[in-house]
Amino acid sequence: MEAKVKTTSTTYRGAVRQAIRQALLDDERVFIMGEDVGMYGGCFAVTKGLIDEFGPDRVRDTPLSESSFVGAGIGAALTGMRPIVEIMTVNFSMLALDQILNTAATLLHMSGGQFNVPLVIRTTSGGGKQLAAQHSHALEGWYAHIPGIKVLSPATMEDAYGMLKPALEDPDPVFIFENSLLYNSTGELLSHPESVDIDKAKIRREGRDITIITYSISLLKSLEAAKELAKEGIEVEVIDLRTLRPLDDDTYLQSIAKTHRALIVDEGWRSGSISSEIATRIMENAFYELDWPVQRICREEVPIPYAKHLEEAALPQTKQIIEKVKEMVNAHG
Amino acid sequence: MVEFKMPSLGADMKAGTLIEWRVGEGDYVEKGDVIAEVETEKGAIEIEVFEEGQVTKLISKPGESLPVGTVMAVIGSGVDSEAEAISKRDRETVVAADGVKTEHKGNGYKTAETEDIPKRRVRSSPLARRLAEEYGIDISEVQGSGPNQAVQKADVERVYRERMKEREEAKKEADKDREEEKYAEKAAPAGQQVDEKKDSMRHAIAAAMSRSNREIPHYYLQKQINFERAQQWLIEENKRRSVQDRLLQPVLLVKAVAQALTDVPALNGFWINDRYQPGESIHIGFAISLRTGGLVIPAIHDADLKSIDEIMQSMKDLSDRARTGKLRSSELTDATITITNLGDRGVDLVHGVIYPPQLALVGFGRVEERPWAENGMLGIKPILTTTLAADHRATDGRQGAQFLEKLNQYLQEVELL
Amino acid sequence: MNESEIRQVVVGIFSKIAPEIDYDEIDAEEDLRDEIDIDSMDFLNFIVALNEKIGIDIPEKDYGKLVSLNDILEYVKANAPAKPV
Repeated sequence: MEAKVKTTSTTYRGAVRQAIRQALLDDERVFIMGEDVGMYGGCFAVTKGLIDEFGPDRVRDTPLSESSFVGAGIGAALTGMRPIVEIMTVNFSMLALDQILNTAATLLHMSGGQFNVPLVIRTTSGGGKQLAAQHSHALEGWYAHIPGIKVLSPATMEDAYGMLKPALEDPDPVFIFENSLLYNSTGELLSHPESVDIDKAKIRREGRDITIITYSISLLKSLEAAKELAKEGIEVEVIDLRTLRPLDDDTYLQSIAKTHRALIVDEGWRSGSISSEIATRIMENAFYELDWPVQRICREEVPIPYAKHLEEAALPQTKQIIEKVKEMVNAHG
Repeated sequence: MVEFKMPSLGADMKAGTLIEWRVGEGDYVEKGDVIAEVETEKGAIEIEVFEEGQVTKLISKPGESLPVGTVMAVIGSGVDSEAEAISKRDRETVVAADGVKTEHKGNGYKTAETEDIPKRRVRSSPLARRLAEEYGIDISEVQGSGPNQAVQKADVERVYRERMKEREEAKKEADKDREEEKYAEKAAPAGQQVDEKKDSMRHAIAAAMSRSNREIPHYYLQKQINFERAQQWLIEENKRRSVQDRLLQPVLLVKAVAQALTDVPALNGFWINDRYQPGESIHIGFAISLRTGGLVIPAIHDADLKSIDEIMQSMKDLSDRARTGKLRSSELTDATITITNLGDRGVDLVHGVIYPPQLALVGFGRVEERPWAENGMLGIKPILTTTLAADHRATDGRQGAQFLEKLNQYLQEVELL
Repeated sequence: MNESEIRQVVVGIFSKIAPEIDYDEIDAEEDLRDEIDIDSMDFLNFIVALNEKIGIDIPEKDYGKLVSLNDILEYVKANAPAKPV
């Protein structure tokens, strides 16, 4: 059966671009705007070449004013368009926070259900590129705090491609976080790729000894750790959350009912984070399944340092995951 | 909520077989009620319960052979004790809240003041606790292998597997015994069947007595007691009494021993964990040999507080039930000292073997006419030779001598007993 | 009560106390306590049961006369009240 499924090798960046192109082809209400998405081809070259194919009306460069172009995106969405707004990095999304939190997320409620905002915001997130404290945030979990928006976190080729369409079809604002370190990662994508379900978390690797709950780039680190640990006979189940709001509780709770141990790997800070939220839900719903206290690996609670070795030390790493899993699993002898 | 477990009816009991439940789920039981009948090496025993409450769950099934300590049933707390249980839980929570400061970093499981945690608070994972409940295992009996010795799933499962194995082995052994019995039935002519119960009772006695001889440094004291007055009193007393109310000589002995123990309490109690533990009451174990072989030593409870007639009633009742196999668990476990009276069998004196963990055994021989010199006069008197075997770890000869002297005094004034 | 009735009652009581004994087989002239292995409590139970069954009240001083099975049967024959209670 596998032989029949045709795939092509692609990068994460290529998969995102392909999804945007397809959306522009499929629906004329769709357009993309953001800083340097047109002529320059995007700060991370995601939209490269799209302006040539679709023209400057549908691939629009904006001034360096996040608040105004996110606001414009909200307006366009309210008036029937299906805008994709690119904020270069999550670090700059702070400037648009009023539009996102006070307008996009609340308008449906404030208008008594009259005005929904079918807006898609794409942005990059995460540290690890020596961009220092102001340009290394991982605030997916922070945005997941807000009712009224959906928060997606594609980590695989299929999600990088497949999440955009359902996001555009969603009647409410959807925030897609692409980790910039993932853009160059390569993988196979179906020759005719499809939309994916954005309501469900996914088991990316099955195992019986422990459940790792993670998302985005930490998924790749967790899978790497799982592969190493398998050599020592430790079978790790790795769950890709994929959507941070709303959380799909069933998938990880069911997994914990099998493994009885849970480790959350989250590139965000620890305090008041998506990892704290998940740990709490585990306590609330699967307390009597736990054979070990829920553990977390998060980024250190410091502004991310510029120096390479310090930055590495501040972010979750594969080695750390391996050590933590061994500590949690070996003791049960 | 209380777990009702297979009790140990003696240091050497390993398992018992549930014959029947005497209560149903939902029944209300009070302290001292018979909850079940259990087959042991000592015969069928009625097991009493020491809690008050509603039987919420009967876990064990009749016919099951259950190792000592197996949770057989769950009893919910009574109305009064519920408040107590809650306040106890609250107390524990407070201790947990005050005494356990969890470190924020690391695995979050480390505690700053581990020593302050009271022993009864068992560290365990929630899963381990749940499983222990499902398997009917007391989690405090499970050795934990997790962080800070926390009990984990694997630990509970290990204990469960061990229990199942023990149970299976006990069952296999029982099957084997039955098999052998069947074989013996076929091989032996009728009337000479090998008695399984007798055999296991022999085993139990063997184990207890071996332990006694191995562990207890006995010392022995002996005293000739002029039994003339006691005998006279008994004859006069029985003349007055109807057949039904007549007294037997051992009643006087039991009562006199109980009185003497009130004067020398050091001999009344147990030696446990290298320590003397005083008996809270005086419960006299009275050895009764069984026609089928072996013996049982049921306790005459609070013998010092009972009248002569009450003791006679107890003895009649116990010897009746000992022979029909209907003794109660408390009667088999409560004795704080043992009396063995072999005078009936023509024995002059007894060198007793203490029943562990008790501290002493009082032996009585036959009352015999002997030449007896008193106040410069030689006469013939009925003499009772009394011996004391006592644990030298707990007492010395001085206390033993005091006891025998007191016993003698009481037997000279039996009318006052 | 004739002899066989008395025997029936006496043996009946002992059969409850010492059920495994075949009373036709024992030596009726020997000390019964040795023959059927009973102690003073068993004996007292016998005296009480006998009293209940046929109303005979055996004083303690006469216990010494009741050594063998035949002694007992003769004693009861001689001392039993005219009618069973």
